[in-house]
Amino acid sequence: MIPSLPRTRWLRAATGGYLIAFFAFLFLPLVVVAVFAFNDAPYPAPPWHGFTLDWFLGNSKAGRVGLFGDADLLGSIWTSCVVAAWVTALSVAIGTSNAFLIERARFPGKQALSVLMLAPLVIPGVILGISILAFASRLAQFIDDAFGLDWDVLRPGLPLVVCGQFSYIATIATLTISARLRRFDRTLEEAALNLGAGKAAVFRTIVLPYLRPALLGSAAISFLMSFADFNTTLMLVGADAPLTVTMYGRMREGATPVLNAVSLFLMLASALLALTFMRGKRAPDAG
Amino acid sequence: MIGAAAGPRWQGRLGLGLLLAPAVLWLGALIVLPHVDLAVLSLRERVGPRHYVASLAQYRTFFTEPLYWRVFVRTAVMSLLATFLTLLLAFPIAWIIAKLARGRWSSLLFILCLIPFWVSETVRTLGWMILLRESGVLPSLLVKLGITRTPVELLYHDATIMVGLIYTSLLFMVIPLVSSLESLDNALIEAAYDLGAGGPTVLRTIVIPHAAPGITAGCIVVFMLTLGNYITPTLLGGKDSQWFTEQIYNEFIVRFNWEQGAAFGFLLLALSTAMVIVGLKLAGQRFGDVMRRT
Repeated sequence: MIPSLPRTRWLRAATGGYLIAFFAFLFLPLVVVAVFAFNDAPYPAPPWHGFTLDWFLGNSKAGRVGLFGDADLLGSIWTSCVVAAWVTALSVAIGTSNAFLIERARFPGKQALSVLMLAPLVIPGVILGISILAFASRLAQFIDDAFGLDWDVLRPGLPLVVCGQFSYIATIATLTISARLRRFDRTLEEAALNLGAGKAAVFRTIVLPYLRPALLGSAAISFLMSFADFNTTLMLVGADAPLTVTMYGRMREGATPVLNAVSLFLMLASALLALTFMRGKRAPDAG
Repeated sequence: MIGAAAGPRWQGRLGLGLLLAPAVLWLGALIVLPHVDLAVLSLRERVGPRHYVASLAQYRTFFTEPLYWRVFVRTAVMSLLATFLTLLLAFPIAWIIAKLARGRWSSLLFILCLIPFWVSETVRTLGWMILLRESGVLPSLLVKLGITRTPVELLYHDATIMVGLIYTSLLFMVIPLVSSLESLDNALIEAAYDLGAGGPTVLRTIVIPHAAPGITAGCIVVFMLTLGNYITPTLLGGKDSQWFTEQIYNEFIVRFNWEQGAAFGFLLLALSTAMVIVGLKLAGQRFGDVMRRT
């Protein structure tokens, strides 16, 4: 019931209890991951053996490999960063172009195209992965048969991972950027044109600054989503694995708390990125 | 700017072409052609080295091999159940955020809901594993409290998979619910109350009809994500998770039987698409509106 209506004491208590239980459920797994990154024991499990930074700083000499001594994990963090940077750049670029296509251009088949643009969001990630894998392999086969060339780009590996993630993250960037472009007051543009500005100048000094919050926002979202992607990546990954795939492999084997350490690092990094993004969003020019 | 009346005609054409090219390349090369290829792949059978004939053998195997369709049905049923339970769990919190909490409290609670979803599912699943495994936090707590004598294994049950699936889905239900409940005018609820309607009546005749678009959007997204989930069922369910995406992975990557894997992929896609269509029909909505809502 709503605040303006009388609520019984029982209902108030139930609401409070529900809130506490709900947020406990939401945060318990994260808290546990963070806490056991500092436990002085070889497995992330109770009981508490005391505080240590071994799982961050330890190296093979100490018998415990910490995050900063684990070349494998550090390498996959770097791989994830490279993949995410590519996916972000491509998604924001195509998102901007698509926004203008949907909001400004008129052409036959536009309705169908804009529905098709939404399709990647309703196709399960695993299927996006296998379809791109199969198609790339057929292309590679064709190029090999026809020209006798061996194109490694089309074999499972990072270029395919970038393609796989980009295939659906592009939709999200498109939706974010075109939503903002839709609210743009076109008289501003016309005024600038009347005052003698060229099209390029109008784009650079009026439209682009207006779109900035959406561009930054979709960049942040694309980066986070690329970093977190697992389903599509799993199907397309080659020798160099991004972080989620490396972590998954280790979790199946039962890993040391170094995974907690890397998780804590991820939490802090994504919180930082998200907070910066939200500060930007709260700026007065954002809508 | 583009397609505008100003400027010579060819310039407009060129602009349109430049805008269309990336979109067509993206959708053509990464979505449409790969899926056509996958369809072709699923409709052929290997009869010799590098020799294939068109056949329905892959789909036949699916229907004749009980293991395959049982896993398929199991995945579908568990996903439906997870969607329903997520809705039940998310509705009160969405109500509190949209209607009960005011101003800063409302946005604070909403952001608190978002935070866990900034980190990847892998990290969240790691948390559940540490909490639930035999040597984990909850089993040892149960022993300390005297509820069980020895630590019990809480991982590798269907219920564990269910908890994990609901957990990863909550956000995708909370967001559309909050936005659809926020637009509900409190005066309607007050009026119904003044006219003597009780809580359940208000919920049934006013709140649910108004929130239906949000409920549909949330349910569709959650069902799809659950159906296509891989990491939660395989890690929390262990060897017996029997999730359909895992079978697709096995056919493709482990057994290298791409034809069979492609057929499985299409069956999953068909189920997912069917559910989206049924959901939209039930709520009488259009696809584009729903996607923009989430």
